[in-house]
Amino acid sequence: MALLAIAALAAGTYAFRLAGPVFRHRLHISGRVQWLLSVAAAVLLTALVATAALTQGHGFAGWARPIGVLVGGALAMRRVPFPLVIVAAAATTAALRLSGLP
Amino acid sequence: MANTYHDTLRNIALVCLADAIVGASFGAITVSGGLRPWVPITMSVLVFAGGAQFAAAGVVLAGGSPAAAVVAGLVLNARLLPYGFAVADVVEGKWWTRLLGAHVIVDESVAFTLREHGRQRRRATFWACGLALFLCWNAAVVLGALAGAVMRNTGAFGLDAVFPAVLLALVLPSLADRGTRNAALLGAVIAVAATPFLPAGLPVLLALAGLVLAGRPARTVADTRPVPEEVR
Repeated sequence: MALLAIAALAAGTYAFRLAGPVFRHRLHISGRVQWLLSVAAAVLLTALVATAALTQGHGFAGWARPIGVLVGGALAMRRVPFPLVIVAAAATTAALRLSGLP
Repeated sequence: MANTYHDTLRNIALVCLADAIVGASFGAITVSGGLRPWVPITMSVLVFAGGAQFAAAGVVLAGGSPAAAVVAGLVLNARLLPYGFAVADVVEGKWWTRLLGAHVIVDESVAFTLREHGRQRRRATFWACGLALFLCWNAAVVLGALAGAVMRNTGAFGLDAVFPAVLLALVLPSLADRGTRNAALLGAVIAVAATPFLPAGLPVLLALAGLVLAGRPARTVADTRPVPEEVR
């Protein structure tokens, strides 16, 4: 990944961050736009979860990874502390692979 | 939520620990996937947004173009825009505090800040969380990148499950809203279905088509309402 791509991502990201502190007295984000941005973020995050959990390259990632992710999600729903959620997901996937499930 | 500042600091420490695990796996996965160690490290310091980093690096590792990687990262980071407005008051001060403060506007620091009341507490919480996360995240990415250089197979440790599990934990609360959930599920189906056919990075962007199911805000959203803390 080229330095240029990292610089572009960093610059754009920083612009998003700085706009609020700089323009807060001059610019106004409507409630409707705020709501749309938050739903769009949830949609993107969910799509990332699905593709990152299920796919590898252009194909299926195997069962071990999505099952580990589901275990993590189930623990998160039960309000288990964050660090535990992560360790449980990774450990589940690792254990499944150790037992032969790809 | 009537909690003491001590509770807040403890929760911040827990989140730092969790993010350190995520950062270490980011470093390890990207380096063992073939990127040079300076790539994830530079990216972490300059971009400092976990979701976008994983998304962008994921696109590149899957063979996608750098442009697609940048777009995927930027779309994810667009949520930082309303965040900036939500915490603008605590970042106020000298020009360099604004520049520095803006860089540590992340899901976690914003979520913690919005829970606090009173200018002093909000300021203290924002800076404590933002700076602690910046240090933990980058230190962990460096350690992970070093480990990744000697680690043959991060899959054996289940590290590839860490990123989707973290995102799932973060996004779950916001899926309680029906419109958001419908939009998100349609988007996820579209993205997974498109993955075999499209260049890496595009399927996730295509998921935004799911927004057609979002409907309208469930309740009247006041213009001054801060960013919902569930979308962290």
